[in-house]
Amino acid sequence: MDAILLQILNGLDKGGAYALIALGLTLVFGTLGVVNFAHGALFMLGAFCAVTFNKLLNLESVVIDPEQTTAWGSPLEVRTPYVEAWLGDFGAVLNDYSVPASIVLAIPVMLLVGIAMERGLIRYFYKRPHADQILVTFGLAIVIQEIIKHFFGANPIPQPAPDAFAGTAYVGEIFGLGQTLAYPWWRIVYLLFSLAVIGAVFAFLQFTTYGMVVRAGMHDRQTVGFLGIDIQRRFTVVFGLAAVVAGLAGVMYTPILPPDYHMGMEFLVLSFVVVVVGGMGSLGGAVAAGFLLGILQSFASMNEVKAIIPGIDQIIIYLVAVVILLTLPRGLLGRRGVMED
Amino acid sequence: MKFKTMNRRLFLRNSAIAGVGLAAPMHFIRGAYAQDMSCNVPTGDTVTFGWSVPLTGAYADEGADELKAFQLAVKHLNGEGDGGLIATMKPTALKGNGILGKKVAQVHGDSQTKTDAARDNAKRMIERDGAIMISGGSSSAEAVAVQSLCQDMGVIHMSGLTHSNDTTGKDKKRYGFRHFFNAYQSGVALGPVIGEAYGKDRRAYHLTADYTWGWTQEESIKAATEALGWETVAAVRTPLGSADFSQYITPVLNSGADVLILNHYGKDMVNSLTQAVQFGLRDKQVNGKNFEIVVPLFSELMAQGAGDAVKGIFGTSNWDWKLDDEATKTITKSFGAEYGTPPSQAAHTCYVQALLYADACERAGTFYAPEVIKALEGFEFDGMGNGATLYRAEDHQCMKPCLVVRGKQEPKDKFDLMEIVQVVSRDVTTYDPSIFGGELGPYDAKQC
Amino acid sequence: MFAGLSRNDWFLFLAFTAVILLMPIILQPIGAAYPALMQKMCIFGLFAIGFNILFGLTGYLSFGHAAFVGVGSYAAVWSFKLLTMNIVPALMLAVFFTAIFALVIGYVSLRRSGIYFSILTLAFAQMSYNLAYSVLTPLTNGETGLQLSLNDPRVIDRLFDGAGPGLPRVNFFDLYISGGGYAGFYTCALALIAGFFISIRIFRSPFGMMLRAIKSNQNRMRYTGFNTRPYLLAAFVISGVYAGLAGGLMAATDPLAGAERMQWTASGEVVLMTILGGVGTLVGPVIGAAVIKYFENIFSSFGDATLHDVFGFLPDAIEDPLVAFLSLFVGDGWHLTLGVVFMLIVIFLPGGIMEGLRRIWNLFNRRRPGDREATPAAQPQPAE
Repeated sequence: MDAILLQILNGLDKGGAYALIALGLTLVFGTLGVVNFAHGALFMLGAFCAVTFNKLLNLESVVIDPEQTTAWGSPLEVRTPYVEAWLGDFGAVLNDYSVPASIVLAIPVMLLVGIAMERGLIRYFYKRPHADQILVTFGLAIVIQEIIKHFFGANPIPQPAPDAFAGTAYVGEIFGLGQTLAYPWWRIVYLLFSLAVIGAVFAFLQFTTYGMVVRAGMHDRQTVGFLGIDIQRRFTVVFGLAAVVAGLAGVMYTPILPPDYHMGMEFLVLSFVVVVVGGMGSLGGAVAAGFLLGILQSFASMNEVKAIIPGIDQIIIYLVAVVILLTLPRGLLGRRGVMED
Repeated sequence: MKFKTMNRRLFLRNSAIAGVGLAAPMHFIRGAYAQDMSCNVPTGDTVTFGWSVPLTGAYADEGADELKAFQLAVKHLNGEGDGGLIATMKPTALKGNGILGKKVAQVHGDSQTKTDAARDNAKRMIERDGAIMISGGSSSAEAVAVQSLCQDMGVIHMSGLTHSNDTTGKDKKRYGFRHFFNAYQSGVALGPVIGEAYGKDRRAYHLTADYTWGWTQEESIKAATEALGWETVAAVRTPLGSADFSQYITPVLNSGADVLILNHYGKDMVNSLTQAVQFGLRDKQVNGKNFEIVVPLFSELMAQGAGDAVKGIFGTSNWDWKLDDEATKTITKSFGAEYGTPPSQAAHTCYVQALLYADACERAGTFYAPEVIKALEGFEFDGMGNGATLYRAEDHQCMKPCLVVRGKQEPKDKFDLMEIVQVVSRDVTTYDPSIFGGELGPYDAKQC
Repeated sequence: MFAGLSRNDWFLFLAFTAVILLMPIILQPIGAAYPALMQKMCIFGLFAIGFNILFGLTGYLSFGHAAFVGVGSYAAVWSFKLLTMNIVPALMLAVFFTAIFALVIGYVSLRRSGIYFSILTLAFAQMSYNLAYSVLTPLTNGETGLQLSLNDPRVIDRLFDGAGPGLPRVNFFDLYISGGGYAGFYTCALALIAGFFISIRIFRSPFGMMLRAIKSNQNRMRYTGFNTRPYLLAAFVISGVYAGLAGGLMAATDPLAGAERMQWTASGEVVLMTILGGVGTLVGPVIGAAVIKYFENIFSSFGDATLHDVFGFLPDAIEDPLVAFLSLFVGDGWHLTLGVVFMLIVIFLPGGIMEGLRRIWNLFNRRRPGDREATPAAQPQPAE
């Protein structure tokens, strides 16, 4: 029982990450009709916002202490972060919470990056074939990733979760199920965070006038244009929004996985599969498919399942994608006539 | 077919002309290909070494450190810097003026922790840059693949960090040499120590990196722990470079195992260990005992990556900068002065390998590979940080003591993360080379 | 077999053959005339030509072609292990197995078009890769890579002579293909030339016409009563076989098959090559492959020191920032150059290098202005 609950929790947690990345991807596709292969790079950029923020907090003053030496004989350098020197305890707390705090940096940065990307590049590709969009954004992804590699190196840079959330949550005890049902705190935080962001995006589209117009535009761009609404500008904002969602997903993911320049590419394929399974351009579909694939993958990794079908954990996601595409051509919740030629 | 023969003849004639006419106007063409293609015996006043190190991928940290060590070794060989271990090595033929009067030049390439890329790299350095010796590699898959290529090309491969039994076992090569210890030796060294610490009645769960090193380490550690009376609950393979291990760790929680053995290295180990700790494994009580994690192959670089998670964890190591002998102090000082950090075990083994090769050439009096191989085989030396060491002729494996280490509870700084629990003597770690099979192959693998 | 090609085509073919065979001389001045690199250029050229038959003619963008390279490599290495070190059976087996594999994957994937097709091929390739990496290790030796060993049976070789000392080399009867040297390069070159010839034939045949018609308007084709599926499937299998042959040659020049050559990024690489050279052109893909492989090998080994050498004549105040900026693009950063060039090509020159050459040609050759410019870039053009 515990084992099953644990796998469900693990699946939800993975699913949260998939859904969050796929959400932005499908948002862009649904509104702008653009297949964005650079979306993974945006996720990665978000993660590096957290890294940068942490680095800024950890700028240190270096004092060489001639009295002490290191083990190999050179003088010892004593380092103190400026933040702690200036702000004292608050600085230490800030440093501890640098990952969630870096959201403050990530939102404006990602919004800017998103808007710049749309205005500078993507808008010239609305009329071009999807293959061209894939190719140019693929090229852009390589460029972004290499620039990050140049400045941050090829090695992953671990980002600690705040101390309060670094340990294990005994979820079982909360529900009176015993100690075996344990899960890392930060992963639970991530799951809740992704649910909150997904909820916020849906609320924005569903309950604000702005969102309503965007939805109308997704449905029929021309008519909305005839009504005298500058739908183009709204779509630019939507692209920025998608970049922010991807970025936030990246920021909060850093304590789970130390970010490196290549992490975007690894998630890209997966998130495309999620989008396609959910149905291109369907927000609900992307979220549903994200959680579905997360849980399926988690179950496929159980030793009991692997004993029956060896290797299933490695291919389950792709297998599901193939089956869904062959039986439900438009994915789980896709609309008719999207990307069929 | 007609065109082919015609053009071939044309080519032969033209290349003769070209050999004279186009005497390599660009500076990055070294040597004309008309003479020997692959054995690369140097003719100019330099001799080129090729470093194939992973600068990206799962073992990138180690690769970067290895490259630093190689560059330091070249400096010392050429008589720059403080000379490093050349002063402490016994016996030595090195004079610190290059090798056989030739200055050492170097090229390097990123092997990406991938076998294909590593071979491409090595091929390029051999064919284009005329490298006479290839070294490096942080993964046994790379080492095995590259040393077999080197055998084909008639070039010596001095393995860097490779811990699989296969490198000098099943897949050993006449042209491949390994200074680093192997999984079998880890098992022999580690078994008694963890047996004493954790008792004889334990149930172990292995997570294993899915390639040659992981397989042989799993096998060796399994053999060592089962000899103690432990039971192996399960051994699960994980693809190299899996970032998120949560799906592999969750099944451990309810498996009834009370020890988790992580046959992972590099980034994989950092990720799997930290995630295992996040999942509360180390706070668990199973079968009335504390749940324990063991990482059979341990390194300072990984300990830095994993942070607090390594505290109290047992493992083995080839070498550690905190060892208390003259050579260790010399190399630590030399490396520390150059780069500001103490050398990792990967850096140490690579540095030593470069020196050993140079010394062998010097002793053989030639760069001709079969002679250099004979100089290395059965070579007994000391003063390189590991104590008295033998380059065994039967399998090209170094026989020397190895270390059992443990993550320190109270580190002084970020380089002081491991304490040496025991130095396991060479008598204990020496084994019969025939248990792993394999065949070295001929000395004159390729006629030049 | 030899009928149906115009004089221009023959001229193109002969020129192509000459250039490929003379590569060791032509590439000498740019430092690329060493066998390992030239082999790579030929092998990837072949791979790209094959990819182009699918993507260039039908417009179906496959993101999973690397899987065929992998299958070809594994088949070839198994042939070296079990049968003989001769490349003839190895390449035949590589072609045979990839053809079957491509038939199965093509049959399923071609039920969808557009991005769905891309995702299906991607999914199949990733599945193959992940399986080769995990449970299929008895067959593929996983991450370690499938390698020759002394204990391999090599049935046919053993019939003629006993096991020699050490590992045998891949050969074509008495000619050694692996282990460096020009024989390996000429083998790959001949395969490339043969592949190129077949590609010209396909481009000029009614079958090629049909594929182009599918690209321009598949619906209309269907309305006129054509069943397009068999044509697409044939094109898919042909292009898969090219990839398999490329994989077999990779194994022949270097008898090791690693799973990572099946990864989706490897599929992405061939897309880059094809686009860079010129989609739908005959020689474009080969040029793209050669350029990328050249940069990968030569450019990537440029370091800051080389840059300082080159710009040493400038005053330091200019030199240092310039070198700092350029160092972004060379050495380890050569992928950045690739990304930037690729983006520029997609944005400004969708026809790739071939279109660039054509534009330059037209600039100097304005006999019939407007005539050429009017042709859309993506449409296949014979190289001239």
